[in-house]
Amino acid sequence: MGGPRRSPLTRLGRWLIVIGFAALLAFPFYWMAITTFKQTSDLYNVEHDPFVFNAAPTLDHLRLLFRETLFLRWFWNTTVAGAAVVAITLVLAVPAAWALARLTGRFGQQLGIGIFLTYLVPPTLLFIPMSRVVSWLGLQDTLWAIIVTYPTFTVPFSIWLLMGFFKAIPRDLEDAALVDGLTRFGAFVKLVIPISVSGILTVVIFSFTLVTQEFVYALTFISSAEHQTVGVGVPIYLVRGDVYYWGSLMAACLITSLPIAVVYNLFLDRFIAGFTVGAVK
Amino acid sequence: MAVTGAALERAAPRRRRRVSGATRLGVALFSPALVYIAALLGLPLVLAFLYSVGDVTVGSVGYEFVGLENFRSVVESPSFRRALVNSFVFTIASQVIVIVCANALALALRERFRGRGLVRFLILLPWVAPISLGAIGWKWILDSIYSVVNWVLAKMHLVNLFDPPMWLGRPALAMASVIAVHSWRMIPFSTVILLAGLTSIPKELPEAAAVDGAGFWRTHFEITLPMMRPIINVAVLFGVVFTFTDMTVVYILTRGGPYDSTQVLPSLAFQTGVLGSDLAEGAAISMFLVPILVAVAALMLRVAHRAEVV
Amino acid sequence: MAVVETRKLTKVFKKAEEGAVNDVDLVTRDGEFLVFLGPSGSGKSTLLRMIAGLEEPTRGDVLIGGDVVTDLPPRARGIAMVFQSYALYPHLSVEQNIGFPLKAHGVPKPKRRERVDWAASLLGIQHLLARKPRELSGGERQRVALARALVREPTVFLLDEPLSNLDAKLRASAREELTSFHKRVRTTTIYVTHDQVEAMSMGDRIVVLNKGIVRQIGTPHEVYDEPADTFVATFLGSPPMNLVEDTDFIAGFRPESVVPAEMVRGPSAPIRLRIRLVEFLGSERILHGVIDGGRFDGRKVVSRVATAASGGLGEGAAHDFAVPASEVKFFDRATGKRAAPRELSWR
Repeated sequence: MGGPRRSPLTRLGRWLIVIGFAALLAFPFYWMAITTFKQTSDLYNVEHDPFVFNAAPTLDHLRLLFRETLFLRWFWNTTVAGAAVVAITLVLAVPAAWALARLTGRFGQQLGIGIFLTYLVPPTLLFIPMSRVVSWLGLQDTLWAIIVTYPTFTVPFSIWLLMGFFKAIPRDLEDAALVDGLTRFGAFVKLVIPISVSGILTVVIFSFTLVTQEFVYALTFISSAEHQTVGVGVPIYLVRGDVYYWGSLMAACLITSLPIAVVYNLFLDRFIAGFTVGAVK
Repeated sequence: MAVTGAALERAAPRRRRRVSGATRLGVALFSPALVYIAALLGLPLVLAFLYSVGDVTVGSVGYEFVGLENFRSVVESPSFRRALVNSFVFTIASQVIVIVCANALALALRERFRGRGLVRFLILLPWVAPISLGAIGWKWILDSIYSVVNWVLAKMHLVNLFDPPMWLGRPALAMASVIAVHSWRMIPFSTVILLAGLTSIPKELPEAAAVDGAGFWRTHFEITLPMMRPIINVAVLFGVVFTFTDMTVVYILTRGGPYDSTQVLPSLAFQTGVLGSDLAEGAAISMFLVPILVAVAALMLRVAHRAEVV
Repeated sequence: MAVVETRKLTKVFKKAEEGAVNDVDLVTRDGEFLVFLGPSGSGKSTLLRMIAGLEEPTRGDVLIGGDVVTDLPPRARGIAMVFQSYALYPHLSVEQNIGFPLKAHGVPKPKRRERVDWAASLLGIQHLLARKPRELSGGERQRVALARALVREPTVFLLDEPLSNLDAKLRASAREELTSFHKRVRTTTIYVTHDQVEAMSMGDRIVVLNKGIVRQIGTPHEVYDEPADTFVATFLGSPPMNLVEDTDFIAGFRPESVVPAEMVRGPSAPIRLRIRLVEFLGSERILHGVIDGGRFDGRKVVSRVATAASGGLGEGAAHDFAVPASEVKFFDRATGKRAAPRELSWR
């Protein structure tokens, strides 16, 4: 262990902070898990200790979720939209990022920052005119509405992220490919893209998770339950009137959140590099 | 010599064409993205502005310029004023909480220890899980009857279980709850950004300070914190944008209620423009997000610029 | 094999600024090993990159084998290049790296294998074929880069400081290998370096560049013994040539020409030096002195003398030295260009 020696008090303080925050931040997910497997009678009893199983655990809520709700449909919709958004993002962002990183010099750098700033434009500023555009395109209340609009978030951020990747590739490599017999575009396709697999994978994960996380556009553009994504379907349509099926609801939240969290976690450091805008080197 | 001169002259126009070769490829590769962004980001942005100074509703076909009429009627509505104040309270309060907590957490996570990976995963959950699902989790935790928070407080004899606090049902409590949940969501994001800044500080600096006799707090406030200024700025700027323009937490937890007490600008714009079909007024409300965004963008540029100079 | 020619080749990076390369005219000889030598920023790499087609000339033309190739992309010029960083493709194995140019030119697979094996055996790297570049040492990387350049049997080899990433010991043997390798294949080679030892030891001819201008083209002997101007005179040789300014000319003589007076026969210029500092380098000594008396009193002069011949020369004392008259070169004071020999009077 390097670094200056710390007093036991400082170390204790550090552990308290770490454990305290970890518990607080992860608590809702623990709560989702415990709610998922509790019998309804156990859930809705003020007298019961909510932290333990007062009755035998049950799979009833999961059964309800998978058999009698649109959850699987939403899951499927999210997957389809996610794949489509990833494809559109790659097709638009990968060539654009390379063009900005390599072919346009200083102008490209500034354009890149400009593109990055458009990532800051929030859905809540645009949802009203965007819903008009979506209806002009005849896409309202279809999955296409979000497939077409989500790349407005994913493309700018991905261009920015990939620009960093492409700039890190030594220029000599591309020059060598030119001398060795490729065209500039050929060097991009056969050399730059294979070298940048990890950057492109980062963009894939980022774009896909964004589709699961976005709420406002899906809520605005899609009005029927069967066309929804998980992110809107679960919190809005799993509720019938004022009746909340908490067990199934929490099960849906947990099942959706965990895989996304695991995958996102793997690529976290790369996303963060995109957010730090060069303030960290 | 004459041949060379002629060849030169012939080469000149050819060359100019070829010079643009790389640039032309660049433009060709870049323009699909540019066209897409212009069509689906630029056009709606223009429309948003046009709607805010026109009279458009969901059913209407025509468009008539009405100047600042929409803004006048929006500003006069008590709901809007409430939402404007709430937006600032919501943003400032949660950002203060987030930055203080994220700083402490980042410092605590700075050095490697066993289980750091798991701790990081747990801490990140609120940010990486879809926020609408996280928020619905909190809605259950803060349930009016079966809230686990109330059960714990009752066990500690702080509240009466048969007349528990309505976390989402009383104006002040609802606002506090919304702020808390949003902070819960943003702390992980700011923490990892600050952590990235912390790890980029050369280890020699705190060590040198320790050799020079500075204690933990002195080192922190006089070495670490000043060096982290740019990265803290970045975290705050993103935090402000993500908070000021967010409506998910509010919409799921309270729908802006009770009595507009948690209504913020984005959720009011949604209610007016989408649910209420008054596109013009909804757009006008959204327009109030613009000054904040412009300010953040300008500051962000300064950070990026300075980072490049260094 | 081919001849490379440049005609008034010029590169200006920023308008209204001095060009990085200015009106360079040069012609290689067939099969020649030509070295571009100059300090950093002299434009030597830019010149090479224009010949390769990686940099767009602002003016002028490049000819390879008699054809104007100025408008052709690098891939159509029949050249191969070794980069300073070696530029090995990190995701490909050594075998795929060497085969890359062949693949890019659509050579069928069996033929490709054959060529790769040939190039690898020529450089003695058959045992490395399955490795990835990151698993190679610096010397091995350099060989792979050479093999990749060689495999297509290009008409011209371009090498951009290929030895500067090797440590000093390896560099000496790599120099020797490159030279003997060139003697075997006899492909026209242009070699860029800032290292005069490399230039002198490897080049058939040396092009000395400074500030984008060709200062001199000549064999190592010519540029060393008959420098065209004061830049070439001081850039080559270590320590550099002594320059003594007179009213309208500059006299130059190499440190090894400044020898104790008793060892010089024939016509010579006597010179009395007060020795300030002696550097012992084993077989020889570097004497830093100042001229004692006469018109040039106080000017600094460096002498390089074999240790065996410098017995009585100690710090602080004044001694009589002499420079053989034939070793004194004259330069015009205003332009720095070489001028006709004349009588040099020291008194």
